[in-house]
Amino acid sequence: MTTYLLSVIHPDGVTDEWKPAHLSPEEVEQSFADTGAFNEEIQASGHWVFAGGLEPPSNATVVDNSNGQNAVTDGPFAESKEQLGGFWVIEAADLDEALAIAARGSKACRNPVEVRPFQGVA
Amino acid sequence: MDFTDRVAAIVRAEHGRVVAQLIRRLGDIDLAEDAVAEALVTALERWPADGIPPNPGAWLTTTAGNKAIDRIRREGKRDAKHAEATMLDHDEPHEETGPVTDDRLRLVFTCCHPALALENRVALTLRLLGGLTVAEIARAFLVPETTMAQRITRSKQKIKAANIPYRVPREQDLVERLGGVMTVLYLIFNEGYLASTGEGAREDLSSEAIRLTRQLSAMLTSFDLGAPELDGLLALMLLTEARRDARFTDGVLTTLDRQDRSRWDPALIDEGHQLVRRCLAVNRPGPYQIQAAINAVHTNAIDASMTDWSQIVQLYDQLLAQDPNPVVELNRAVAVAELDGPEVALRIVDRLDLVGYHPWHVTRAELLRRMDRHDQSREAYDAALALSENDAERAHLVRRRGSLPG
Repeated sequence: MTTYLLSVIHPDGVTDEWKPAHLSPEEVEQSFADTGAFNEEIQASGHWVFAGGLEPPSNATVVDNSNGQNAVTDGPFAESKEQLGGFWVIEAADLDEALAIAARGSKACRNPVEVRPFQGVA
Repeated sequence: MDFTDRVAAIVRAEHGRVVAQLIRRLGDIDLAEDAVAEALVTALERWPADGIPPNPGAWLTTTAGNKAIDRIRREGKRDAKHAEATMLDHDEPHEETGPVTDDRLRLVFTCCHPALALENRVALTLRLLGGLTVAEIARAFLVPETTMAQRITRSKQKIKAANIPYRVPREQDLVERLGGVMTVLYLIFNEGYLASTGEGAREDLSSEAIRLTRQLSAMLTSFDLGAPELDGLLALMLLTEARRDARFTDGVLTTLDRQDRSRWDPALIDEGHQLVRRCLAVNRPGPYQIQAAINAVHTNAIDASMTDWSQIVQLYDQLLAQDPNPVVELNRAVAVAELDGPEVALRIVDRLDLVGYHPWHVTRAELLRRMDRHDQSREAYDAALALSENDAERAHLVRRRGSLPG
């Protein structure tokens, strides 16, 4: 088994309410429902490790103590249009299985999903 | 053939099969490649004294398998029990896990996983399956060797880290990965048809590419997934392969227009033409089908003067519309020269950005020769010679250059 991080990317930016810019409110409601069903599905199939949706980037804080002089700044580290909206951590037999799960997750949440293996999980 | 040549021929013929089998058993590409390399060293030490074993492929597989076990134990990567367990299925029949039963074809599909960039898929397949050196692959792609080495290393790392399975593809994978697989097979064929270095051609690579393409075609047909492009690719390979014997005379390349057509293989031409007709009936033309059709026009002509050049130019126009690239334009220009004369063709050729591609210089040399611009033609032959590393082709170019007047 390999552990994978499935990151949900909002490629076209988000509204101030942290809603995908390309979806209507009804579509957003439907995507929440579909994502909930997807979560239950991967819990039942034993692939689920952990998952979570993130607060908007405006609620992020950057801590930089890399040079030993800690600095705390408001906002996200990267000022980009594409934003990480949430993630799943799953276990799958191989990349093909992970990609198939990611494809269902992407359909459910209406966003692209990046699949990345962990180096190892303690 | 001296001893070294015989060993080299065996290694070329067996490399893909031995590596593919070991990857299946070990589940580790680097380990499999290293073990095969070590087995080759042992072969070179022992065979001169012991003689070449009756089944050198099986000998290499067994020896490489043992080398791998040694290495696993030595490096303590896994415990010895695990190693033995991995090796247990050695003589058992392959587990039936899907439509692709040939280890090499499975390896092609693994290397052609859509999670790898297309150029990386091709490079990796040529390395693992074709047994080509990084330098040979770099030349086939017109990129520096370091770039190619990075590509291959990166692909192997991704396969390992992301856990890309070495597994038989499912039916939907077959269709999804077919494009990348065809690119790979055609590049292997081409490398075998005119090897980028050394003595003329490497027939083993061409026949391997044809064998794999036939198998793939039969497999897709059996799933009712018939693909006209795959038929086109097979036809293209067969019609090209049919001319192999006529291409070299005493180690010198003989170009299409000067070949003795009675030495072409009529059975391969026949099969190729049948496939082209089948493609025409389906009428979903793609780049391989069009190139096969171009070769069908060439092989239809009893001699070079009977070639239907206007049809060939039309086919190249169709190909350019689908696949606009300077190499296709260069080939089209050769046909234009026959139809409209060398001046028109040279104007096309001179605006192509192919200075690092030796056929561009060869084409210029031939066009300039026909226009009696002999000094410029000589310079173009020199430029082509500086870039070509195939002995038979170099011999041909030296002869052509030497036959210029003045």
